[in-house]
Amino acid sequence: MPALLFVEQVLNGLQFGVMLFLMAAGLTLVFGIMRLINLAHGSFYMVGAYLCALAAGASGSFLLGLLAGLAGAALVGAAVEFLVIRRLYDRDHLDQVLATFGLILFFNELVKILFGPRPLLLDPPALLSGAVELLPGLPYPAYRLAIIGVGIAVALGLYLLIRHSRLGMIIRAGATHREIVAALGVNIRLVYTLVFGLGALLAGLAGAMIGPLLSVQIGMGEEILILTFVVIVIGGIGSIKGALVGALLVGVTDTLARVLLPLAFGAFLEPSAAAGVAASLASMMIYIVMALVLVWRPHGLFPAEGA
Amino acid sequence: MLRLEALSAGYGPLQVLFGVDLEVAAGEVVTLMGRNGMGKTTTIRAILRLLKPSGGRILFDGREVTGLPSHRMARLGIALVPEGRQVFPTLTVRENLVATARPPLAEGTAWDLDAVYGLFPRLRERSGQYARTLSGGEQQMLAIGRALMTNPRLLILDEATEGLAPRIRAEIWACFRRLKAAGLTILIVDKNLKELTAFADRHSVMEKGRIVWQGDAAALAADRERLLGLLSV
Repeated sequence: MPALLFVEQVLNGLQFGVMLFLMAAGLTLVFGIMRLINLAHGSFYMVGAYLCALAAGASGSFLLGLLAGLAGAALVGAAVEFLVIRRLYDRDHLDQVLATFGLILFFNELVKILFGPRPLLLDPPALLSGAVELLPGLPYPAYRLAIIGVGIAVALGLYLLIRHSRLGMIIRAGATHREIVAALGVNIRLVYTLVFGLGALLAGLAGAMIGPLLSVQIGMGEEILILTFVVIVIGGIGSIKGALVGALLVGVTDTLARVLLPLAFGAFLEPSAAAGVAASLASMMIYIVMALVLVWRPHGLFPAEGA
Repeated sequence: MLRLEALSAGYGPLQVLFGVDLEVAAGEVVTLMGRNGMGKTTTIRAILRLLKPSGGRILFDGREVTGLPSHRMARLGIALVPEGRQVFPTLTVRENLVATARPPLAEGTAWDLDAVYGLFPRLRERSGQYARTLSGGEQQMLAIGRALMTNPRLLILDEATEGLAPRIRAEIWACFRRLKAAGLTILIVDKNLKELTAFADRHSVMEKGRIVWQGDAAALAADRERLLGLLSV
């Protein structure tokens, strides 16, 4: 396999990993701090994608679409927290899973009623529609590079927020001593709403950015949700650093496995058998990685302190 | 400043407080004594609404505040040093102090990082360390410093010298005396009768969810026999 193709696939893996990180960051914060399992996290991804596609289609500007997707996902997230999620913090995980599964059905049906069952199309912004020649002979889509850049910027921003801001201190303190934080004068319920809204915003960002690469359709959130859970389990629940490392690991592993395994099996099996075995194994790869990580570190790569 | 009228509360079907009446005037140090399980910590939890009272009223500065959520109670100017210290283990010492800090409600001397480090120089030495790595005494200092950083008018101390080495305990009591001298209003739960007698203006003793005895140091000395019975197992 030529080296350039390998580099290109690693970049594809990183871009996929960044998408997973944007999803995983919110999910792991909500789980780590509020101890809430939110299956409806993928719905915010869908909301972001739909609002971006609709607003971009109507205005002709991808940037406006992106802003609409971000604002819409954050608002929907905060509203869902206020109306539904708040009642679930003190209940057990089964209730949380059932209620948030109900939210998935609700949002999927709502989108179908409002926008119909047909997928929407979203064009990448004109500015980023071309390719960048990274190395001689290796052109790479500018849009995918931009996604990687956004992901790195978000990771850095989250690090600064959680590690170095007052809000971040309160978020970390609230993860272990919610009552004491409240008794010292912090409106912890408002903090929870903010954290949940921030998680929804990041999911909306992922959804809006993936629009031009995949089709914007009902149920798109559930496909990525499963992988997102794999990411946060690998990374260590509650850890942003773990979410980043886990997401990149899953993204690169999944992408490379789909490209490399058929080549590897093709070396000693006949082509049709090789393709079949490789495809099955490739789709299992991330779960194998998860199992290995958990054998090595049962609480994930970076278990959140205090969790 | 703080006044409880017939406050009752409990955990689910288990009632713990059966009409607690208590008053803490501005600038005063009031004790809450009693054997384990008599409702001292529950009273404190009910004041800060970490527990929902089932009856009675809470007044602050003469205004009824029953039913305010925890953070609004705290923002009236009440700060808690909770039983068991409960510092934020995953935050550094400095972060513990800064995270929930608030400027004072009225003008006057304000507690800030320097003032707290002045009171507990050891915390300055450990400022970058995670709170979970501190000794019990240092964690207690941190819990007190954290409460002072909210610039409270009323400080509630729940078993703040429990389980500490005698030397550290003496240091903490010295700190309390400085806070009292500075005019801070204090409601204190502790087991050390000797220290409390020297420190507090008024005393109250709880038994089975009620205040069964109240009085000043002189009354306490006069009624010593009965009180020892109420306080010892």
